[in-house]
Amino acid sequence: MIVNERAINALVIAGLVGLPLWALVMDEPFTITLVTRAVILALAAAGLNIILGFGGMVSFGHAVFFGIGGYTMGILAYHAQTYTALDLGAFTTGGTKSMPLIWLAAMGLSAIVALFIGLLSLRTSGVYFIMITLAFGQMFYYFAISWAQYGGEDGLSIYVRNDFPGLNTLQPIQFFAICFALLCIVLFVKARLTASPFGLALNAARQSGARVETAGLSPLRLKLLAFVISGAITGLAGALFADLNRFVSPSMFSWQLSGELIVLIIIGGVGRLMGPVIGACVYVALEHVLGGITEFWHVYLGLILLSIVLFARGGLIGLLTGKEGAHV
Amino acid sequence: MSFLTLESLTASYGVSQALFGVDLTIDEGQVVAMMGRNGMGKSTTVRAICRMIPSDGGLTFAGGDLHRMPSHKVARLGVGLVPEGRRCFTTLTVRENLIAAARPGDWTFRTVTQLFPRLGEREGQRAASLSGGEQQMLAIGRALMTNPRLLILDEATEGLAPIVRQEIWAALQVLKSQTGVAILLIDKSLKELAAVSDKAVILERGQTVWSGAMAELSSDVSETYVGV
Repeated sequence: MIVNERAINALVIAGLVGLPLWALVMDEPFTITLVTRAVILALAAAGLNIILGFGGMVSFGHAVFFGIGGYTMGILAYHAQTYTALDLGAFTTGGTKSMPLIWLAAMGLSAIVALFIGLLSLRTSGVYFIMITLAFGQMFYYFAISWAQYGGEDGLSIYVRNDFPGLNTLQPIQFFAICFALLCIVLFVKARLTASPFGLALNAARQSGARVETAGLSPLRLKLLAFVISGAITGLAGALFADLNRFVSPSMFSWQLSGELIVLIIIGGVGRLMGPVIGACVYVALEHVLGGITEFWHVYLGLILLSIVLFARGGLIGLLTGKEGAHV
Repeated sequence: MSFLTLESLTASYGVSQALFGVDLTIDEGQVVAMMGRNGMGKSTTVRAICRMIPSDGGLTFAGGDLHRMPSHKVARLGVGLVPEGRRCFTTLTVRENLIAAARPGDWTFRTVTQLFPRLGEREGQRAASLSGGEQQMLAIGRALMTNPRLLILDEATEGLAPIVRQEIWAALQVLKSQTGVAILLIDKSLKELAAVSDKAVILERGQTVWSGAMAELSSDVSETYVGV
């Protein structure tokens, strides 16, 4: 049976709205938290999908930006909550508990680091690009482990969730609404971006850098801009994830997390607008359902991933719509 | 002063030298045919002009030294390339192919589809699903959308049906008569080249061996170096 992709997208959005509302009525806050987790992971994977799905760049170190977003939140909130000064060299700040400010800082810092990593790594391609991004990921991971000031290997706990004007973020449904709204904004921007001349040129550069160059566009600049945007979005997701758990740890930088983000995209559909969202929902559902049955639930996830790679190259969306995904 | 100037241009693929001294000048609005048998360096010359391979010797366009520029800057300076083998972006639609690299100027989606109405009819179709002739029109349209001052067509009619070839040659005539774009043409059809070109350059073993007005090209010369 072939299903229209727009119908699938609408169904997923309806499900993401309906399930938390149902959980609210049924007084099931844990379910709301579970959906919020899926939404945040979808946001992180949506960021990665910009470069992986549309730009053909397989970054195996995207957890760097997730971790930077998380630690930005953690450090700013820690100093604000403990009333201690954060010395940034040029100036000193008392941190902040304001979510919008934390998001700006997380996205800005992730973008700056993405610019630096991108400038070095985008001169390579294929397996070398994968290895360089992985190496950067490991560098940040081990730095976080040795950063004793902010918990080192044990991580850093934040006792109160940060503030958002006009909302009580400690209420799971209100925090979900914030995360869901941000996901919708990112998906909207991403849809506009991919249909813009920049998005089309990025897609073209994935097919042939030389051809794009003879059309007057620099593939390196196109990819770098996409990498920076992608890093900033994943950084935002990291800040939200840290706020959800009220905890940050070096595992946010781990290569396993980078791999999981890729898995989410493959499950949903590489290069599909809603691919990361579907992938994240399936992943979190499997984690919850299968994780409750056996601690070896990753085995089943592996089998599902294997089936998708072998029999549904366009992910679940490709399987339902009968269309293959982007070739990376 | 010439628009594009190549003086004793040499180029190599690694240790293998392909160009040994190409001389070529194109004035603004001029149509120049570059001829020669297979493997004589025509496409390599094009690749050198577009900075897709390193080269030595004189290479200037609109007063600027192209040797100092990366490929995309040469294109931005106004050199539009229709590469050999069409090479459209297959996963993009016709419209997307055209607007992906569009730059401001007289050539827009509307004017390109006026020149090639078939592209307008198939604007929502993926490039991969087009016929060879339509892909060629798309490749020319894509180069025009960059609003070039010099358009280079490398074997633009190769492998196409006669009726499609006629359409392409007619479009080139329109470009010549109605726009001021200079054109460097590489093709094997001497008759059509003679009808549209002001000047001819013949390459033999990576060197310019004949250059002059198209009207002065004798059958002896063309038979000796081009084989027709």
